[in-house]
Amino acid sequence: MEFTAILFYVFAILTIGSASIMVFSKNIVHSAFALMFTLIGVAAIYVLLYADFLAATQLLVYVGGILILILFGVMLTSQESAKLNFKTVTVNVVPASILSVTALVLLTYVFTTTQWASRNLETPQETVEILGTMLMSDYLLPFIIAGVLLLIAIIGSILMATRLNSKPTESN
Amino acid sequence: MEPSFLQWLADPGLSHFLILSAILFSLGIMAVLSKRNVIMVLMGVELILNSANINFIAFSRFTDLSLDGHMIGLFVIIVAAAEAAVALAIVLNAYKRFKTINLDDISMLKG
Repeated sequence: MEFTAILFYVFAILTIGSASIMVFSKNIVHSAFALMFTLIGVAAIYVLLYADFLAATQLLVYVGGILILILFGVMLTSQESAKLNFKTVTVNVVPASILSVTALVLLTYVFTTTQWASRNLETPQETVEILGTMLMSDYLLPFIIAGVLLLIAIIGSILMATRLNSKPTESN
Repeated sequence: MEPSFLQWLADPGLSHFLILSAILFSLGIMAVLSKRNVIMVLMGVELILNSANINFIAFSRFTDLSLDGHMIGLFVIIVAAAEAAVALAIVLNAYKRFKTINLDDISMLKG
């Protein structure tokens, strides 16, 4: 067994294990921390796929940004009559399990039986410079649109979050 | 049958990464459908987005998609960041108004 294979299985087990802890935990704070280990495992999977820039971006944006946002959301919305309540309600367990297991079986069947048009693996190289060149040439329009989208998202969330302080009776 | 399966296990290729992403996807579906806490549903959506990203990057490594897959993955991360910010602002507003974030209790169209 190669070293790469061992690394793949270690990180796959880390990712899937913490993702299942996230889904099946009763405590939402435990879920958030399990999500952190899932995201770190996904970043390691990106490294195994030679996507160095994307792995760094995953760590910065997901673990450093989105996860902190989610933890703040948990803290701000878990108060129930002056004490904290981190329990999550689980409903529809049987239909959800049936649907997700069906999705898993179908996807696995499709993924394993299809003959993918694979190519010979070339020696990998650093992707940062190539990605930068592509962002400034072929992907210039999506790049600018993504910038505008982020600006709109920032303005929209600031507007929605600061309306919290105004009285609910004076709408508009 | 058995030795070839062991050999398949010992050499991670495209289908290994695809199956990993399928497992993550089904766990995300499970979280979205069975949890009644808005933030848990958001975490499930993040899981689904990550599994799609693993697919893109695995195809970019093992097929002729080349670095375009990395580009799509980058834009998925950007859109996920914007989505998380807006969704949490909406959740905070809903909590302010309804005093709960249980999805079954937030059922009024005009609060």
